[in-house]
Parts: sequence; structure tokens; C-alpha cells
Amino acid sequence: MLTILFDGIAYGMVLFVLACGLAVTLGLMNFVNLAHGAFAMAGGYVTAVLMNRYGVPFLATLPLAFIVPAIMGLVLERSLYRQLYARSHLDQVLFSIGLVFMAVAAVDYAMGSQQQLIQLPSWLQGRVEVLGIQVGLYRSFIIAICGVLVVALQLILSRTRFGIRLRAAVDDPRVARGLGINVSMIFAATFAVGSGLAGLGGALGAEILGLDPTFPLKFMIYFLIVVTVGGTTSITGPFLASLILGIADVAGKYYVPSLGAFVIYTLMIVVLILRPQGLFARAR
Amino acid sequence: MRRRSVLSAAGAALAILAFGGTASGQEVVKIGLILPMTGPFASTGRQIEAAAKLYMRQNGDTVAGKTIQLIVKDDTGVADITKRLAQELIVNEKVGVIAGFGLTPLALASAPLATQAKVPAVVMAAATATITEASPYIVRTSFTLPQATVPMANWASENGIKKVVTLVSDYGPGIDAEKAFTGAFSAKGGQVENLRVPLANPDFSPFLQKVADAKPDALFVFVPSGVGAQFMKQFVERGLDKSGIKLIGPGDVTDDDILNGMGDVALGAITTQHYSAAHDSPENKAFVEAFKKANNGMRPNFMAVGGYDGMHLIYEGLKKSNGAGGEALVNAMKGLSWTSPRGPVSIDPQTRDIVQNIYVRRVERVNGELYNVEFATIPNVKDPVKAAKSN
Amino acid sequence: MHADPIAKSAPPPSTADLVRRSLVRKGRWGVAEIGFWAVAAATLFFLPERHLILNEIAIIGLFALSLDLILGYAGIVSLGHAAFFGFGAYTAGILAKHGFADPLLGLGAAALAAALLGFVTSFLVLRGTDLTKLMVTLGVALLLGEIANQASWLTGGADGLQGISMGPVLGLFEFDIFGTTAYAYSLTVSFLLFILARRIVVSPFGLSLRSIRDNPLRARAVGIPVSRRLVAVYTLAAAYAGVAGALLAQTTQFVSLDVLAFHRSADIMLVLVIGGAGYLYGGLLGAIGFKVLQDILSGWTPQYWQFWIGLILVVIVLVGRERLTDKVGALWPRSRTRPAGQAQVLPATPAREV
Repeated sequence: MLTILFDGIAYGMVLFVLACGLAVTLGLMNFVNLAHGAFAMAGGYVTAVLMNRYGVPFLATLPLAFIVPAIMGLVLERSLYRQLYARSHLDQVLFSIGLVFMAVAAVDYAMGSQQQLIQLPSWLQGRVEVLGIQVGLYRSFIIAICGVLVVALQLILSRTRFGIRLRAAVDDPRVARGLGINVSMIFAATFAVGSGLAGLGGALGAEILGLDPTFPLKFMIYFLIVVTVGGTTSITGPFLASLILGIADVAGKYYVPSLGAFVIYTLMIVVLILRPQGLFARAR
Repeated sequence: MRRRSVLSAAGAALAILAFGGTASGQEVVKIGLILPMTGPFASTGRQIEAAAKLYMRQNGDTVAGKTIQLIVKDDTGVADITKRLAQELIVNEKVGVIAGFGLTPLALASAPLATQAKVPAVVMAAATATITEASPYIVRTSFTLPQATVPMANWASENGIKKVVTLVSDYGPGIDAEKAFTGAFSAKGGQVENLRVPLANPDFSPFLQKVADAKPDALFVFVPSGVGAQFMKQFVERGLDKSGIKLIGPGDVTDDDILNGMGDVALGAITTQHYSAAHDSPENKAFVEAFKKANNGMRPNFMAVGGYDGMHLIYEGLKKSNGAGGEALVNAMKGLSWTSPRGPVSIDPQTRDIVQNIYVRRVERVNGELYNVEFATIPNVKDPVKAAKSN
Repeated sequence: MHADPIAKSAPPPSTADLVRRSLVRKGRWGVAEIGFWAVAAATLFFLPERHLILNEIAIIGLFALSLDLILGYAGIVSLGHAAFFGFGAYTAGILAKHGFADPLLGLGAAALAAALLGFVTSFLVLRGTDLTKLMVTLGVALLLGEIANQASWLTGGADGLQGISMGPVLGLFEFDIFGTTAYAYSLTVSFLLFILARRIVVSPFGLSLRSIRDNPLRARAVGIPVSRRLVAVYTLAAAYAGVAGALLAQTTQFVSLDVLAFHRSADIMLVLVIGGAGYLYGGLLGAIGFKVLQDILSGWTPQYWQFWIGLILVVIVLVGRERLTDKVGALWPRSRTRPAGQAQVLPATPAREV
């Protein structure tokens, strides 16, 4: 029972780590960025290439898995994304799907279509017993990182000057600009952070989810579910949503395996019917 | 029937004339190779394409006085596109053989077409047992899942394994494997419990927990080859290897294409399959070496050998039929036998399915790389499903 | 009943007259339109070796037309339109497998079944933002896909539904290997449904849909029963998609799980966007453009054709979908008024200011 709960939390956190970058771009900037997975994949490949070809230790690759996609995000934001902020969600969906296709083919061309695998350091492998339940080390590691991320993001958003400006810029760009806030720069920075978080998520998730060129398409549905169910106005929303989804999914698959595949989709539909803005959203 | 083949030959000749006689007056046999080159099963397509091209490079493009021309098409793994491409290749390109077929539905969708047009279809990958029954023009050079699975069940029961949990992906081939294993293993007096995992399933933890609760002697697993690595890692992460549960299954989990990247988690997994890149024979050594050289170090897997042997079958069939296509070619293919990189194989004249050795292998480190090392051989295995029907 | 809300929404009678007249004017067939269908019919005779892909184009065109009805005309975004396509395909396929081999019967049944599903699920897409709608429709399609996988006794599961043998169309025309009958059949069905859709979108009902799309609040304020209209058009579009699915099942005589897959919903959206949403030919032109492109690109580079499709998509969005449609419209004098008017409406109302 407790093991199932732990597994559920851990799975939820894997979902969150993947989705939190999207929670930033979609949630805070209201940009439906389906290419989120492409940035996640970029992070994953950075880690895989550094580890497998150059023997860089796992932890040391993580900052790079953040920085490289962040820079890519920044460049793309300045050159392309920027022009689409004012456009409809549909335009954004199409644009970012186009990017995904390009990313999939490009990675396939550069890296081959097979799975990329990484070797965790030994101190992250295996499991230990805590309070009578078996706890996987790597999963605990992910849970810890998620905790840090949530707290940090929440603090930045609510306590720092940057966070206040960002919220102002999102809520009403025109007024924000009038108040002397450099909206365009704030958006660029936020987008870069979102892409970086995506990359970090990809690097952390690769071990559990696998990594191949179709990654952005395969997992697009999952992180979209997390963000829409959680509501797009905060970081805590998607965080709690991924917890709920993770636990429900794992428990569902454990107790009624024959219906296991339906749990997550059904939950999403029900939530969205009852609360179209997501579970933890304030009304816009 | 004969008139039809004459007509199609005439059509092919016309086509050559129309396109400026690229083959300098020689007759051309076109082979339509339809594979998933993009999408989630792209690696299957890549392996087969690479192997087919390698075969042509090694053996030239002239057989029985005819020039062989390979046309590769991408069906993205979607059945109706496969069928449309096959139909276009037959109608417009007048191909003599259609080949490839990465997945079962792709082969089944095209089967009626092969019958209707009397064009041989060489299945190089799809592994559901019933495929060859869908059309008398289908010949298979890959394997069938029950063919690889039943020997696993026998080996398990002979090696002191009494209780097994099966864990398979919830789709056609997975269920095929589950049935074959459960049937054979319980017939030997073993005890089996079945678990099915949704195909789109990133996290195995609830299922592995169920396995841990059941405390079996071994866990039999079939998941599509890319997912295998993820599965292995989570299996070890949960410490199931240390709690004495053996990991067994058909070779898809320890696919040669990605085995080396899996790392130590794969060590000790026992699988049964028809091909390992570590198979000890001069044919295989030459094949692996040439394949790696031509493909940037990529290791051939069981898909590649299916494609390689598929081309061999077409070449030998054409030799035997003196370049005739259609039914004559299928008949020529029946009963052919040769030494493949995987070992001795033949085409069963009754079922048009491949008869081959199945090897029991264990994952070991050889010269620093992980390989499926074969340690027992079950010779000349026919597909058990069809064998049971004919008895 | 259809005319009512319009009359209410147009206070001075002269405007009502204008509207009526403009509707009639839009209802007339232009030379280009007649030309389009004449060319389509001519391909039956002039491009015999391309009938298979043309058949697919006709089916995809119809499917995109169905999405256009809800996306282009009513503003409902959907990432799960394949749910209806697949439902129709399975309905037709299963009927044919169990001895009801008449194609038209299967078509009717598929339309009904898909319409029913559309009606039931339409209530899910009435609320929420675009994103919510995208996700709910996606969820419905994924659920259906999973059900079809599990119910393998009925659908054949992942192996696909085999053993479909279709009777001749109207009892006269057997399906042949060259795909000629299949293409003629799909083209005719698509054409008939197109005429119907054309009637619908220039009717007051169609006009009310567009006003809902452009501004639901205002539409409600002038007395348009917004929810009822949306349910109606969603159901209609579902029936269309069901027919498209049935055509695919009947002409390929095979149904596999990927009729319900996510990529089918996504592809059809791309098709519609390449052709341009919001006018009926968008789906058809998009289908031609997308399939021809895919065929050429994937023949040229089977591995990496997706890259170029992606690039084209990105460029289309950056250049601006409306502008592209405008260009097409400009080539086409009769409809010049429409895109021009629409182009004003769309960019002038960014979502956040409403």
C-alpha cells in the first residue's frame, strides 16, 4: 500500500519534472507550446551525448541539459516565437507542431532512430528501505528535485521583483509596458527558463521514459494533460495535478490492471468537464 | 493466370521503354520494400533497409538475367498507407515482389492485395503467427512469436522454474506471446499468472510491484523492442533481480540494436530467439562486420537479419524460377533452404513460414560489449501454432 | 426556424434584405468552383495510375471538410476528430465483416453512429478555453482508441479488422485493384456531401455559426441559441467524419487501430490549415497539397520528409494563415469579399481583449 503510494508520487513527479517547463511557457505566458517536448528531448540528448561520448558524470551534465535548451529557447523566442504571442492558440499549436516535426527529423538524422540509454551513477541505482517500505533511490532523487523546483519557482513568482513584473506582463502587456516594464525582455527570459526546465526534465526523465527521436510526440499528451488538469495559472496547480494523476494512475494499474490504460484519460476528461480551467486555477 | 503474368511482364517492359530504358534492354524485377521509416517504429525500418541494401551490394543487382531494382517506401507504420503503397507499387511500378512489413496489421492489410494481384509478399519483420495464412502469396523470413516463445517455456520448465508471471504489452503480439507461453508452460505442469500492460505506458512500477507480490521464480516479459530497455532498468531498480526472480522472454527485450546501451541491468537475462549478433558462425561474422561497416557502427538485430534473408530468398527464388514472378516465384521459394547469418533456415513448403533454430541465450559481456550469448540450441523449430493445426 | 435569429439580429429591414441577397449571391456557383470539380471528375479518366492516392485525397478532403465545419465555421478546435473518423470506419468495417456488404448501407450506418457519438460528446466541448477543448477532444479519441484495442473480439484489436469483403457499389461496380471504382465512389460521396455542406454554410444557420465563432457573447446577446447551434454543427461534422472513415474502411477493406490514433487528428488539422480554414475548399485543397507534398517528399527522402512538412507548416504560420487564404481568395473574384471581411475581424480581436 505505502509502496504503491510512493510509486504514485514518484511517477507523478516524473510527470511534473517533464511538464513544469510547459507550466511556465503555457501556464505563465499562455503560449500553447507543443514543441515543449522538443526542448525536453534536447536536454535528454545533451545528457546522453555528454555521458556516453565524453564520459561526463551524470550530475555534471544536468546544468548543461538546462543551459543548452535554454539558449535554444532564447534564440527561437527572439526569432520566431515572439511573433506569435498575439496570435490564436490554433496558430501556436500549428507552429509548434511544425517545430516538433523538424526536431524529430533533425535528431533522427543526427543521432539515429534508436533508443539512447544512459548509465546512472551507482549511488543513484537500486533502492533502500525506509520505514518498512522500499524506496527507489533515483525516484527519491527526482522527488527531491521536484520539491526544490516547485518551491523555487513559486518563490520567484510571488516574492521577487521579476515574478511580479512577469505576472503584470502576462496579465496586461500594454499596461505593463506603460509602467516601464520591459515586457519583451521578461518574456524572452521566461521562455528561456521554461525551455531550460524542459531540458532538465528531459534529462531526468530519460532514464525512466527512454529517449528516442519520437520523444516529443510520444510524451506530448502526458505533459499537456498535467498542465491542463492542473490549470494554467500557477506552478502549484500542475504540481498537485501531477501528484494526483501519478497516484491515480499507479493505483489504478495496480488494483484494476485491466482498466489501467483508461484511468489517466478518464480522469482528465472528468476534471476538465467539471472545471474547464483546471483543478487549481483562479478564474481569469 | 499465365496470361496475367505475361501481361504484367509486358507492362513492365512497356514501363522500361517509357522511362528511357534505364536498364539497357535488360528486364527489370522491381522489389517494393514498404517499411516504417518514420514514427515510433522507424528503427525497424532502418535495420531492414540497411540489410536489404547490404545484400544487394554484396550480391550484385543481376539475377537470372534480370536487373533487380529496389524501391523503398515509407508507410509511417500506418496500415491503410501500407496497403495504398503496396497497391500503387503493384499497379504503377509493376513490382514483382512486395516486401518489408514492419508490423502485423501492416502485413495483414496488404495480404488480400498479394492474393488478388498474385504478387509474392515477403514478410521481413511482422511476427504474429497467422500472417502467412492470410494469403497464399505470403512468405516469411522473420519469425513467429510462438516459435520463439514455446522453446522458452520448455527451457524454463526443464530448468527448475515452477512459477512464472507473464508481463506483456496489451496488443496483438503481446497476447500471442502470452498465450503461447502460458499454454506450453502449463502443459508441462508449471504455474502461470498473467499481467498485461497498456502499450502506451511510461511507468512499469505498479505492474512490477504486482510481480514482486507474487514472488515467482521467473518473470516472462514481452514488450516492443524500444521499451525493453526501460523495462529492464525498472526491473533492476525495483531490486527484483536480487530477490531471485529470473528475467526470461523472447528476444525483443534484449534487442541487439540497443542492448549494449542498457548496461549492467541487462546482464543475466535469458531469452530465446532466432538471431543474436553474437551467433558463432563465419556467415554471421562476415554479416555483422559488413553491416557495421556500412552503417556507421550500427549493430544488426533480428530485424536486419529478416531483411537480409528476405532479399536472399527473393534472389534464390528468382534463380530457381528462371526469373519468372507470381505463383512460379512463390512455388520456387517454398522449400528453399540456406545458411543464414542466424544459422540454417528453410521455408516450410506447407505454411510458407520460416523453419529455423531457436537459441537460448544469456546476456553477457563479451570484449567489453553486451551480447546475447547463445548456450543452447533447439534445432529446426516450426511455428507451433500452425504445426498444431496441421496435426 | 433558421431565419428567426437572423431577422432579430438585423433590425432595419433593408439590412435583412441585404443579408438575404448576399446569402443568395454566395450560394451561386462560381466558374472556378465548377472548374475544380470538373478537373476532379476528369482525373477519373486522365490519371488512371494515380487513382489510389486520389482516393485517399478524396477521403482526407472530406475528413478535413468535416473538421472545417466545426473549426473554420464554428470555431471549435479539436485534436480528437479522428474519434469520429475511426468510429465510422469501425462501424462500416464491422458491418461488412458480418455480411452486410452493401457499401451505401455501411456509409449510412457509419454516419448515424458517428453522429450519435458526436451528439453525445458535443456537450463536452461547449465550455472551456481552446486548450480545454483541445484536451477533451484528444482525451475522447484516446479513450476510444484504447477501447478499440481492448475489445479485440469485435475490432480485431491491434492486428486490425480483417475479412472485410465489400459488395459492389449500387450492386453494379465492383471494387478493382486499380482503385478506379474506389476513387469514383469516394469522389462522388465527397462531392454530394460537399454540396450539402455548401448549402448549409450559406444558410442562415451557417451564418449564425460564424457569428458565434467571431464573438460568442454578442451572438448570444442577439438571440442565437449558441449551445444548440454548436451541438448541431458538431453532430453534423461528426457524421461527415464518420462517412470519411467508412469510405476508408470500405475502399481499403481493412481497419486498424491507427484510424483512431492521435496522429490522424493532428494530420487532419495540418491538412486543413495548409488549405486554409474557414472556407469549404480549404480542406479539399489542403488534402491535395498535403498528400502530394507527402508523396513527393517521402518518395524523395523516406526517412526525413517530416522535416520539410514541419518547415512548411512553420512558414505558413509565420507568413500568416489568413494572408495565405486571402491570396487564394484574391485569385477567385467571387469570394473576394469574404476573406477580406474576415481578415479584419480576426487580427483585430486578440483573444485577451475580449
